Order: sequence, then structure tokens, then C-alpha cells
Amino acid sequence: MIKVENLVKTFGAKRAVDDISFNIERGEVLGFLGPNGAGKSTTMRIITGYYPPTAGRVTVGGFDIVENPIEAKRLMGYLPENAPGYADMTVHGFLSFAAEIRGLYGDARKKAVHKAVETCSLEGVLYQTIDTLSKGFKHRTCLAQSIVHDPDILVLDEPTDGLDPNQKHEARSLIKRMGEKKAIIFSTHILEEVEQACTRVIIIDRGKIVANGTPQELKSRSKEGRLDDVFRSITLPDTVLA
Amino acid sequence: MNSWAIIKAISKRELGGYFTSPVAYVFLVIFLLLTGFFTFTVGNFFERGEASLVSFFTWHPWLYLFLVPAAGMRLWSEERRIGTLELLLTMPVTTWQAIVGKFLASWIFLLLALALTFPVWITVNWLGSPDNGIIITGYVGSALLAGAYLAISCMTSAMTRNQVISFIVSVMICLFLILAGFTPVTDLLVRWANPVVVQTIASFSVMTHFEAFQRGVIDVRDVIFFVSLIGFALFTTGVVIRGHRAG
Repeated sequence: MIKVENLVKTFGAKRAVDDISFNIERGEVLGFLGPNGAGKSTTMRIITGYYPPTAGRVTVGGFDIVENPIEAKRLMGYLPENAPGYADMTVHGFLSFAAEIRGLYGDARKKAVHKAVETCSLEGVLYQTIDTLSKGFKHRTCLAQSIVHDPDILVLDEPTDGLDPNQKHEARSLIKRMGEKKAIIFSTHILEEVEQACTRVIIIDRGKIVANGTPQELKSRSKEGRLDDVFRSITLPDTVLA
Repeated sequence: MNSWAIIKAISKRELGGYFTSPVAYVFLVIFLLLTGFFTFTVGNFFERGEASLVSFFTWHPWLYLFLVPAAGMRLWSEERRIGTLELLLTMPVTTWQAIVGKFLASWIFLLLALALTFPVWITVNWLGSPDNGIIITGYVGSALLAGAYLAISCMTSAMTRNQVISFIVSVMICLFLILAGFTPVTDLLVRWANPVVVQTIASFSVMTHFEAFQRGVIDVRDVIFFVSLIGFALFTTGVVIRGHRAG
């Protein structure tokens, strides 16, 4: 569903993303791991069509994100980092707006909003404005926005950031459940999350892919079979240097 | 899904945004108080002894100078600051649809403020018998002037996350567009420069084109001036927004 080929993105002299290639198919949940500043968010912004790539190609459901951005964007739902939302809108107004932009009207729109609200447990804050929400609710509102049109592809940038342990658990099982029918890519710092929700893991460091495999494969690289040992051994030298 | 449906959805949201915050009400009240004050007190509406809205429209370029950038400064800078720009532009929306949608919403808001000045029009009709044709062209000119200033505010708003900077820069640009054709300034310029040069500079001014509407003339050239100014400023907005994303 998502095909990334030799993707490069430079900001001035800095190569934020340096020749990355990978594929995601339907039924896969890809965990995108890496230290801060490794290029995770930049990669996701290119996939969703926010940043144009410096070089390389991204196709989403067969549509090139640069040449056919509208068709490609229709297939995707996106939760940006920090879960932004229009501060003065109510949760309901915001989700209705997202549904309308996605081409849903009338009853179809009502149903879609209702379903997204139910999936993300937002019933209690439906008519509250977004600036009055706690971080957890704000995050779930933005997540609801990304699934309101039931897209085939989900791009989630740190979907569990700012949630409490219970909410984190719920979010993970939601991602796992949705992953059975969709293609999902999500970024995180939390390694246990990857083990629980992902079918595949990519570790990225300083713009390059340093590991790509199932959580089991990666774990087997460490003596104790622990993912964070693998993560540290791959990415730590750079962190120390930086 | 056609373009207009998307533009409509974006406009609706933006316009709603004015009214769910106190911005709209503060703006409307201050706009109406100021137009009243300038028309009746500073503009000597009654002492003029003529049934016209000259003392009303004369002040519009100066009132708009501060009020339109105040209404437009948040358009893009706010979206960038809180990160919703990323959300909006990763939805199936083109940059153009977003620009036009947001611009239209704010323009509709300004037109609403302008429409709420109708008591002035009723007053002048009640006291005398003015030429209502001139008043209508006056309103058309005023609407176009507001649109031109607004497009400039859109452009400066896209350039920065900081609303104060956006406000000051757009006031400066609008001020230049006034002064280039403001009679006291052109009279001064004529002493040093060739009148042809002064006239060329003045033809870029909103004043030159705005005044024709106040005389009851809708000249195609004046309309084209305002429309192309709006088009240019919105086009630049698009370039600026694409520039941010290209990094």
C-alpha cells in the first residue's frame, strides 16, 4: 500500500532522511523506531504529502504523492506529532469538518463521526472545545479525525504520546485491531509498544534505516532477547557522538 | 469531490472560527463605533449640509489600514503556530483551495461588518435624498478595498508564525499603497519628480482607484486593479506556503 523508494530529504546542509526504502502492505503494522531527530517525523510528513521529497519516490495505493497528491491523500489518515486541532472548535465540529473535507455529507457524515467518536471513546467531551481538553483527549480527538473516513492507510506520529498507561494500552490494542484490515505505520519511542502492536519494525537513525524485521527477529539479535538492548546497541554510538 | 465543496468546507470552518471566539464581536463593535465616530464627528456629516456618504467612505482606507490586518493576521500564522496547517494540507486539499477558502471566509466577515453600517445609509436617506447609485458604487469600492488589504494580510500572515509581525508588516504595505496616491503626498512629490513618474507611482495606489468609486464610477480598470492586487497577493501566499514545506 505504501512504497518508499530511495527517499532523501535535506534541510540546508542537513540530510534529515538519507536514502530510505521500505514497503508496507495491507494487514501490516509497521513500528517506526529511532532516537529523537532520527528522521521519523520527516519521513511521515513526506509520505503524507506535507513535505516534498528532495529525491526518491513515495507511492500510496499506487498514486505518486508528488504527482497525484489528492488521490494519494484520500487513501490516508494522518495523526501529526503533538496532535494539533483547531482550538476554538468543539470535538464534534472538528470531526464533522474533517469528514466534510473527506467528502462525507448528510447521514454518511453523521455515521462516520459517530463511529470515530465511539472508537476513540470521545462521547463525554463531544461538545467541549478542543483547547479545554486534557492532553489525552486532545490526542484521541486528533486520532478520531484520522480514522473518520475509514482509510485503508494510517500514518500515526507518536499516537500514544501523552496518554496515561490505560489509554496507552487502549490505543495499542486499537492499532493492533485496525491493523488487521489496514496498512499502518506508527512511530514511537516506547519499545514495549512495538512488541505488542507491530508485525514489523524499522529502526532509523540519523536518516538511515539501521534495522528492519519482525520484533522477534530483532530481539534474537540480543543475548537476553530484549528489544531495548538491540535498540541501544544500534543507535547509542551516534547518540554519544552527537 | 469538486473544488467548491472543499473551499466551502474550509470557509465555513474559518468563518465559524471568528464567531466562536470573541474576535468577531470585538471587531464588529469597534468597526461600527469608529465608522460612526469618523463619519459624524470628524467627518462633519451634518455640517456638510449635503445628502451623501462622502464623510463616511473617505475614512475607509484609513480605518481598514488597522482593522483589516487585525482581522487577517491570524489566518495562516495561527495555523502554523498550532500545527493545524500540517493537518489541513495532508487532507485531500490543494494549497489553492485552502488559500481561497480562508480568504473568502475573512472577506465575507469583513463584508458583514460593512453591511452592518446600513443605519448610516438609512440616516442619509431619511434626512435628504442622496444619489443612491453613488452610495452603491461607494460600497462596491469599499468592499474591493477591504479585499485587497485582506489579501495582503493573508500574504504577511503566511510569512510568519508571529501575529504581531504579520500585523505590522501588512499595515506598512497597506500604508504604502495609500500614501503612493494620497493627494498631500503626491503634491509634495511633484516638486522633486517628473509628474509622469509621480502619476505612475500613484496609479499603484489604492486611493487613486478607490476615489473613482466614490464619484459613482465603476471603471473596469479600477476593478481590474483591485482584483489583480488580490490575485497577486494570494498567489504570493501560495508561493510562501510551498516554500515553508520545501524546507
